[in-house]
Amino acid sequence: MFAMRLYMAQRITALLMAPLVIGHLAVMIYAVQDGLSTAEILSRTQGSVLWFLFYGTFVLAASVHGAIGLRTVIREWLNVSGALLEIVAIFIAVMLFTLGARAVWAVTFA
Amino acid sequence: MCGSCAMMVNGVPRWTCRTHISTIAPLRNLPVIKDLVVDMDPFFDKWIAAEGVHHGRLSRHDSIPAVDETTNERTEANDAIECINCAVCYAACDTVASDDAVSGDGGCVSCHSMGSCTAYCPVELNPMLAIAKLKRVTTKRFFGGKQ
Repeated sequence: MFAMRLYMAQRITALLMAPLVIGHLAVMIYAVQDGLSTAEILSRTQGSVLWFLFYGTFVLAASVHGAIGLRTVIREWLNVSGALLEIVAIFIAVMLFTLGARAVWAVTFA
Repeated sequence: MCGSCAMMVNGVPRWTCRTHISTIAPLRNLPVIKDLVVDMDPFFDKWIAAEGVHHGRLSRHDSIPAVDETTNERTEANDAIECINCAVCYAACDTVASDDAVSGDGGCVSCHSMGSCTAYCPVELNPMLAIAKLKRVTTKRFFGGKQ
């Protein structure tokens, strides 16, 4: 069932993101201690496979998770259904992924 | 039949036999037949589709099987055994209200655990917990587990 697949995809991406969010916040607090500059961030992230995988996974999970959530909100609050709903949901997923992936690429291997 | 008197009383789903009435309207989330009478078929159809139905395996010639009240399954069933199918939970549900407007094919996974079912249940049952357990079973089954 399609609804079940979406439900599971949203739960699995949530599970995936929980440790990533904690890691993201922890590193942010740690890294910002002595002030933060663009150069400092880039010196840590550029060429780093680890940060690429960390934020790459994050972006992928967030685009799937967010798109499914917004799809439900749009469906239930705006009574949109059928092909239009799926097109809007896919657009949101692709847009979130593109924005996120560009940022990850820019700070790691660009 | 007891449980058929549920309506929107003073804006919320209640049993009309137990409530002082200021305003009254037909039960929410169900098609109105006339005046205060609603067609409860959609409610029971979903119930049956969710397998909330008894499949008899014995005939009248078999002896009556003993019920072991200590088994897990039986203890779990106790939580909802006082349900009289009045559909107050169904009328209270905001997800049903918005989901049915679209297609209503989501099943238990479309529940947002808002808890109106549990808040308005006249016999103080906990349908929200029951749905949460259904989600757990469904999730296990999704990964190929039994039950």
